[in-house]
Amino acid sequence: MRAARAGAIVLRQIYLLRGSPQRVLPIFAWVAVDILLWGFITRYLNTVGHAGFNFVPALLGAVLLWDFLTRVMQGVTMAFFEDVWSRNFLNFFATPLRISEYLAGLVTTGVGTSLVALVVMLVLVRVAFGLSFADYGLALAPFLMVLFLTGVALGIAGAAIVLRLGPAAEWLIWPIPTLVSPFVGVFYPTAILPVWMQAISRLLPPTYVFDGLRAVVAGRPAPWDRLLLGLGLAVALLVLACLLFAAVYRYAIRTGLIARYSAETVS
Amino acid sequence: MDVLVRLALRGGAEAAYAGTMSPSHAILSVEGVCKSYGAVRAVDGVTFHVAPGEIVGLLGPNGAGKTTAINMILGVLAPTAGRIEIEGVDLARQRSRALEKTNFAAVYAPLPGNLTVEQNLRVFGLLYEVPRLAERIDELLAAYGLGRFRKVKAGVLSSGEQTRLSLAKAMLNRPRLLLLDEPTASIDPSAARDIRAGIADFVEAGHCGVLWTSHNMVEVEAVCDRVLFLSRGRILLEGDPKTLPAEHGASSLDDLFVAVAHEPAAAQ
Repeated sequence: MRAARAGAIVLRQIYLLRGSPQRVLPIFAWVAVDILLWGFITRYLNTVGHAGFNFVPALLGAVLLWDFLTRVMQGVTMAFFEDVWSRNFLNFFATPLRISEYLAGLVTTGVGTSLVALVVMLVLVRVAFGLSFADYGLALAPFLMVLFLTGVALGIAGAAIVLRLGPAAEWLIWPIPTLVSPFVGVFYPTAILPVWMQAISRLLPPTYVFDGLRAVVAGRPAPWDRLLLGLGLAVALLVLACLLFAAVYRYAIRTGLIARYSAETVS
Repeated sequence: MDVLVRLALRGGAEAAYAGTMSPSHAILSVEGVCKSYGAVRAVDGVTFHVAPGEIVGLLGPNGAGKTTAINMILGVLAPTAGRIEIEGVDLARQRSRALEKTNFAAVYAPLPGNLTVEQNLRVFGLLYEVPRLAERIDELLAAYGLGRFRKVKAGVLSSGEQTRLSLAKAMLNRPRLLLLDEPTASIDPSAARDIRAGIADFVEAGHCGVLWTSHNMVEVEAVCDRVLFLSRGRILLEGDPKTLPAEHGASSLDDLFVAVAHEPAAAQ
């Protein structure tokens, strides 16, 4: 792996962001709107709900963590889509660039943009709704790490799907977090799900993050063993996503998909 | 008709030229390369070499297999069979190392239009790990008359300016093997002549090899040391573009091109 080549992928994204407010704004604008919306909902629920239960950390905290995962995924896929939209695959993949370097560049870009979104969300929940994640300190790191790895894995898998199916498949990628969210129990314990849904949720790393969050909010100790399981699943998911991308790339090289990647849909 | 008969008699065999140079000294070595899509053979057992300091023209009608061959040499399309080596480095086994020695410009692969001229050269310079990149970019901007477009987005350049940018990108890493697909398309005759001269100088000075496709036979005759005529994925003819037409009873390279384009019918 050559850092300069991965750096070239990151630099391209920096150039695009630097000269384009319409690309910068979505990094934090939609998550900020989400935080405001859910912040007011939780504030309202606090006024009508049972005394003693604080909805702000339970729901707003969950929204923040879920939006973080979504932003990580979008950070990776958006960087990839820039190459789709500018039909740049032939230019990039006819250079010495390795797939690992390309993916490293996409992930680094995703890290950068999602950290910006995270900071904006943390500041907003603190200032507007008095929810301070600083109280959790480093204990928050494993939660974020599981979500980060899952977001990266979903982003890479999404990029692989678009590479394989063509640019029109972009519309299959954006709803992935929404499809996953009912299974991972962002707002409710997965114990209330039907048995078949619980079986799926146990395979999804974010399940353990949101179960853990609810435990902490309820004053119980964080379930570190379950978080560790979530971390292991997230790493496995990431490895699978990278293998999927590599397999699709090999297919694209074998069939000539890379060289003629400009069709609306590609069989 | 004489040309057609000669071509038919030749039987499409890969020429003696391919065997005259030792592959061990070649910058590009293509050995028995095939590419099939199901039952269709886009490239069918092609063998040729490009020597240091040599400009080889890859000619043929649309659909002959030129771009397929170039895509395989660029590593973006895997051959069904055969072997490609760039300065002795096997492309299939050491793709990244082999591609460090190459670069290309093609009319169908414009650089990202949402980056400026300078940004494009910087990004691709990093991909090729070009030393003293800022200096190299300045040199190329001057050489290709792109200095005043340095801060201009590539997407708003004229097609001729975009072609010059693609050529500047192709020269970034001083490649040992340069692949040029219609390199002077969309460029006015004066600028095209300068660019041809610049590439010829680069080849002579750096002992690199060039594989050049073009439909402009005057340009091919002026630039190429040797030409390969491709039709239906096979090399039908190979030789010096200045003497090849006469050897095959054609009055010009243009006439020979037309004859080769009709060769399959003649062969039958």
